[in-house]
Amino acid sequence: MSLEIQTNTLQQRRQTFAHIARRFGEDRPATRYEEATLDLQPQRGFHYRPTWDPAHTLYDKSRTAITMADWYQLTDPRQFYYGTYTISRARMIETVDRNFESVARRGLFDAIDPDWQDLVRFYLIPLRHVEWGANMNACNITDVGCGTTITQPAIFAAMDRLGMAQIISRLGLGLGGAETLALGKDIWMTAPEWQPMRRLVEDSLVIEDWFEQLVMQFFTLDGLLFPLVYEAFDERGIAHGASGLSLICEFMVDWQRESSRWIDAVLTRAARESSENAALIGRWHTHWQARGIEALAPLASKVLGDEGEGVLAALAGSLAGRAAKIGMPGEGAVA
Amino acid sequence: MSSLVSIVLQNTDDARAIIDAVMTDNPEAVASRYPAMVKIDSPGELVMNKASIADRLGRDFELQEIHLCLVNISGNIDEDDDRIVLRWNS
Amino acid sequence: MNVAANHTRPRKLNLKERYNHLTRGLDWDFSYQPKEKVFPFSDYEGIKIHDWDAFEDPFRLTMDAYWKFQAEKERKLYAVIDSFSQNNGQVNLSDARYVNALKLFITGISPLEYAAHRGYAHVGRHFPGVGPRIACQMQSIDELRHAQTQIHTISHFNKFFDGMHDPWHMYDRVWYLSVPKSFFDDAMSAGPFEFLTAISFSFEYVLTSLLFVPFMSGAAFNGDMATVTFGFSAQSDESRHMTLGLEIIKFMLEQDEANVPIVQKWIDKWFWRGFRLLSIVAMMTDYILPKKVMSWRESWEMYFEQAGGALFRDLSRYGITLPKYHEMATAGKDHISHQTWATFYQYTHAAAFHTWTPSDAEKAWFTEKYPDSFAQYYGPRFDHWEKQQASGDRFSNDGLPMICQVCTIPAIFTEVEDPTRISLRSCEHNGEKYHFCSDGCRDIFLDEPEKYVQAMLPVSQIFQGQCGGAGLSEVLDWYHLNQGADNCDHLESRDAAMWEQWHRSGKDPA
Repeated sequence: MSLEIQTNTLQQRRQTFAHIARRFGEDRPATRYEEATLDLQPQRGFHYRPTWDPAHTLYDKSRTAITMADWYQLTDPRQFYYGTYTISRARMIETVDRNFESVARRGLFDAIDPDWQDLVRFYLIPLRHVEWGANMNACNITDVGCGTTITQPAIFAAMDRLGMAQIISRLGLGLGGAETLALGKDIWMTAPEWQPMRRLVEDSLVIEDWFEQLVMQFFTLDGLLFPLVYEAFDERGIAHGASGLSLICEFMVDWQRESSRWIDAVLTRAARESSENAALIGRWHTHWQARGIEALAPLASKVLGDEGEGVLAALAGSLAGRAAKIGMPGEGAVA
Repeated sequence: MSSLVSIVLQNTDDARAIIDAVMTDNPEAVASRYPAMVKIDSPGELVMNKASIADRLGRDFELQEIHLCLVNISGNIDEDDDRIVLRWNS
Repeated sequence: MNVAANHTRPRKLNLKERYNHLTRGLDWDFSYQPKEKVFPFSDYEGIKIHDWDAFEDPFRLTMDAYWKFQAEKERKLYAVIDSFSQNNGQVNLSDARYVNALKLFITGISPLEYAAHRGYAHVGRHFPGVGPRIACQMQSIDELRHAQTQIHTISHFNKFFDGMHDPWHMYDRVWYLSVPKSFFDDAMSAGPFEFLTAISFSFEYVLTSLLFVPFMSGAAFNGDMATVTFGFSAQSDESRHMTLGLEIIKFMLEQDEANVPIVQKWIDKWFWRGFRLLSIVAMMTDYILPKKVMSWRESWEMYFEQAGGALFRDLSRYGITLPKYHEMATAGKDHISHQTWATFYQYTHAAAFHTWTPSDAEKAWFTEKYPDSFAQYYGPRFDHWEKQQASGDRFSNDGLPMICQVCTIPAIFTEVEDPTRISLRSCEHNGEKYHFCSDGCRDIFLDEPEKYVQAMLPVSQIFQGQCGGAGLSEVLDWYHLNQGADNCDHLESRDAAMWEQWHRSGKDPA
């Protein structure tokens, strides 16, 4: 009983959901991103206050000092929903897996200058813990953030951070097995050069305002750390035979480039909403940047020697450029 | 009386090999067919052997690939590199 | 610490070891912030955990595997969704009445997937143990997947059929949608251990099969290949969720004997709330699917009595017993689908889906599947309504029902010993009288009255003027229910007329 209807268009009653048509001001087809994102978060009529935080309701907008007339304006320029996100990451990780195989087959890690290997174990492996802290922060934003436009990229970011922590862990296993990971943990816990960073990460876990946490993690810290480690340190390492490492760490470079597009778009729109928002974002960035530089300086010095300070200052300068474009007031100056 | 453990799989191409392997490796298992899926019940225990499945597929097989066709599972799971065992402790 | 230069590699790690290094090893003991500040919600429920490392991660999925498997599933699923929509697959459904199941799905179940996404993110951040935290985060992103794949699948049906156009707005307001909403709000407002017991164990392990497996087979039977594909694709995620549920329960019970009575109490509570929530699913399974796969009674027997029986036999070694009132729920297998459908039949004007009385063939099927209840209690009432309808006097209930304070369902269920008597209970608290549908709901209230007095009962809200106005029409407008299109009987609906037109004479529909 099937009909030959493939060549005919059936009369549609509507092009999309009503809530989306209301936003558009007309009933027209919506993208998969729009249908999967807009207005999903419940707005009203909650039955019970959380017993774990009775001062707030579920989905309480007052958990941040940032205000938006419509939180769904903070759209993701990548337009990631679950399907496009996972397909993107599957492609990226396939490249990583192939590179791990090549590296293992050709013994490329063994070919790294032994002194440089020691340095890599020192600066890179503890970063898996920094990624784990970032995972926790991203997860917190998914928990209490306002609107699917923000919380959706947040859960994607949380899984990305876990993924990157696992790539770094695999690098550790490749650079000396389980003992390397144990050493990395030891360095993270006790090496003086790492304590400012560890303290920064632990402090970030208890930031009360989730939007402040978003700025601190995805704009400020990532904006300094990723280019420092995966570009500046990495470039230095090539001269020491570490190009196998570079290949695998391309994932991080690509990720940061993509994530910057997202966070810059979100902060730009939030800052444009009001001068109060812009001032808050600027203040948060300035505050946490000082901490970020304090945390990265000893590592920059350890890996890049005398050039470390200058490289870090240049990165802060680039970040100040991004901050200005976003509309943060003041110079966002380096302390 | 021994409790039944069970696993439900979609009727996909790869699942056929898995179902075949499971039925062969678990002589007391019973398969019931429903629209778009197959339910396998077994008294007490059910084992999924990586080697059996790989044999039937004619290629390497990672046990975690069962995620692609698994619908439902009932029983305590124990997983290692070579097999997944489903079992109740009572 | 140099690695030997001759390419010797460290011993290959087995699955468990590798997984531990890639997950457990990431965590550390904090020095600069007190642990209680980082995990402020871990103790207040009274659950004692002595060793988080004892949690056994089943299905040790690292992110590389997750991304690859899930991407594969998404590619396959969206190929089917695209194909279904390009070929207008909805024309090949068994009958337009089937679509009413999807209306309930997108307004009542998809929002719960979204709520689960946020709820698991909460637990994924606040559970002190790394293993469960990662499992919860994966579940959080899985649940977002489910919400979104459901939206994308049902989006196509929304273009043609009524009642699905404003699901999020309706979830926040419509009277019968407070049933799923209060259920999940209850879980999300609970502490992390209760949340996992409620959702991972009671819902995802004990009860979820009752929703998905028969219903997805029903979708297959009725020609809805898009929903079937989404359903089975989601179910493979559900297997991971189920194993988390079982593992977390065993973990809590093994960690400290003092946890056992707390966990039992939660198992009792959430079994009962879940059972009440499923009355809408029972109705979908029995009444809304034109081609029926199995009866609610059969589903209950397979997925609760048998599978649940085996599960609780396994847990008995911890001192856990079958949930309180499980016998009542089992007795209810003969009744709840009929009682729920009868309720929507009489409130058809206020439902965003269509209703009808069962056909003769359907009545015969019900008589066969429900030998102890249908012919005795429900068939005759439908016959009576049918006659009234035929004589132009279709019965509608003009009043507003009393709502149970806990499950927020109207008091439509009956006493076990006498299915002709409505089951009602009540109690006093701080000088106010509260009403319940059952002992199960009353027990839940009595344990935490300060929580349940907060509930937003839809009928009370209407009487308080919070729902758009004093009259039915104003309330329906406030719901964004399109009157004369979304509601009332199927036979007079736009959906039925459109279906007729598509299938008239087999020629091209204009």
